[in-house]
Amino acid sequence: MTALEKKQLMIAACQVRMGVIEGVHAAKAGHPGGSLSAADLFTYLYFRALNIDPQDPQKQDRDRFVLSKGHTAPGLYAALALRSFFPREELTTLRQIGSRLQGHPNMNETPGVDMSTGSLGQGISAAAGMALAAKYQKNPCRVYTLLGDGEIQEGQVWEALMFAHHHKLDNLCVIIDNNGLQIDGAITDVMSPYPIADKLKAFGLAVAEIDGHDFDQMEAAFAKARETTGTPFAIVMKTTKGKGVSYMENQAGWHGKAPNDAEYEQAMAELKARLAEVEGM
Amino acid sequence: MPEVKKIATRDSYGNALAALGAEHPDLIVFDADLSGATKTGTFKKAFPDRHFNCGIAEGNMIAVAAGAAAMGLVPFASSFAMFAAGRAFEQVRNSIGYPHLNVKIGATHGGISVGEDGASHQCCEDFALMRSIPGMVVMSPSDDVEARAMVKAAYEYKGPVYMRFGRAAVPVIHQEENYHFQIGKGEVLRDGSDVAVIANGLLVAEALEAADTLKEAGISVRVINMPTIKPLDEALVLKAAEECGKLVTCEEHSILGGLGEAVCGFLSENRPVPVRRIGVMDAFGHSGPAAALLKQFGLCADHIVEVVKDLCV
Repeated sequence: MTALEKKQLMIAACQVRMGVIEGVHAAKAGHPGGSLSAADLFTYLYFRALNIDPQDPQKQDRDRFVLSKGHTAPGLYAALALRSFFPREELTTLRQIGSRLQGHPNMNETPGVDMSTGSLGQGISAAAGMALAAKYQKNPCRVYTLLGDGEIQEGQVWEALMFAHHHKLDNLCVIIDNNGLQIDGAITDVMSPYPIADKLKAFGLAVAEIDGHDFDQMEAAFAKARETTGTPFAIVMKTTKGKGVSYMENQAGWHGKAPNDAEYEQAMAELKARLAEVEGM
Repeated sequence: MPEVKKIATRDSYGNALAALGAEHPDLIVFDADLSGATKTGTFKKAFPDRHFNCGIAEGNMIAVAAGAAAMGLVPFASSFAMFAAGRAFEQVRNSIGYPHLNVKIGATHGGISVGEDGASHQCCEDFALMRSIPGMVVMSPSDDVEARAMVKAAYEYKGPVYMRFGRAAVPVIHQEENYHFQIGKGEVLRDGSDVAVIANGLLVAEALEAADTLKEAGISVRVINMPTIKPLDEALVLKAAEECGKLVTCEEHSILGGLGEAVCGFLSENRPVPVRRIGVMDAFGHSGPAAALLKQFGLCADHIVEVVKDLCV
């Protein structure tokens, strides 16, 4: 990745974050915390990693992305809009009656969404089914899925991991957003899933642990995922919940709450300042 | 009386999958460690590269099948009714029903005719659970001929389908040569005018036997086979209500939420007539031989005769 490419990703990530704030503010509801912690990942996927064509969202050999932590749809929608899957103006229709942007992703309504998700623990199974089907169909696509670190408390996640390893789904990459917080508080207080990487390794996956806000580390981990054969690859990314908006960072309270008008102005001012800073780099 | 051929509809399911698999490379099968019992093992023998075991993890299997359908394949996912419809209900609802994905759920061991395994495995709630999901087709065949035709129709239909098959061997009542199956259509097996008995699954053969007995008692019974519980063949139900004036529903399922309630729900809003529901009366089953259990729970010709007589006097 060149310095310019990295800068472009950082600019896009700022715009994705703004899209999250605009959507959630307009909806007066939604999940900004986990959308922001995964904003860099959404950016990397849609602006660098995925083989996709916004003009042909149903292209058979496209890479698939399943947002298993479906409540962070505002982040996915912002990336899809910026990548021109649908007009950016639609982001502020989030969660409204008649909008294509449902509270949780709907594959039949939103261009670019590969699977309807929202009930935690199910998306990773669907992603494993896609990866298995792709192998049977000799489809060269890769399948990526993003889970929350709270989500992996669901037993079905481990059923899916067992399945993916057993069927040698090396075209599947499982990404875990380790922001450390869930609705009721710190994951270590609610129900600790640690040690995450060790558990994944015990299930037979190849694992990379990275900083989820560092595009160089992401680039290296995704390359390793593509090179790994015989077993699925997992990326555990350490992130900051609410990343990019000072008062949301590391606050469980911002898991599923919309900013009011004053908070919106502050968030947008911070993100605009960050954007100007990145553009000046 | 000639010997009646008996075949369990789970055998029909396995045989139909194997036959369809030869023509359709996009048909794949998932099972959850019950391939011998659900008879998907028959398909596995023919197409080992298209049969995927998910282990004892039905929730995962259902969502895996959803993912495979999203890639354009036509997955048949199988387990016992208790686990496919019961344990994995929410996966069926959210990962198959809500996105309306083209997954076929082949659930075997429905009802109390599971027998000796007892109540934990005797699912009498699957019609109710599956009916409640928007866009889900819910079916239960009466015999081998119908079961195999149903599996083929399910493959050809685009959208989610739930099919319930039985463990116990049941009489073959249809003739292959002149049989045509259509999703959402019932059939009049015997015409009659005093009362209509609407049944599905293994109760259809019992209803036919009951109709013979009742004929001797001077009661003319119309026997309707209703393999599709959803969407219900409302025209056929309405015609029966108009022409017979009284109805009895029979199913190997709880009287709550199944065929009986589907018929009653429709009739109460369109053509109220007296109806009696025969089914499992809001109770759990227990261990025992299937035939004895069916008698004990009133899922047999003798009980149908009693109920019809009671309704007709």
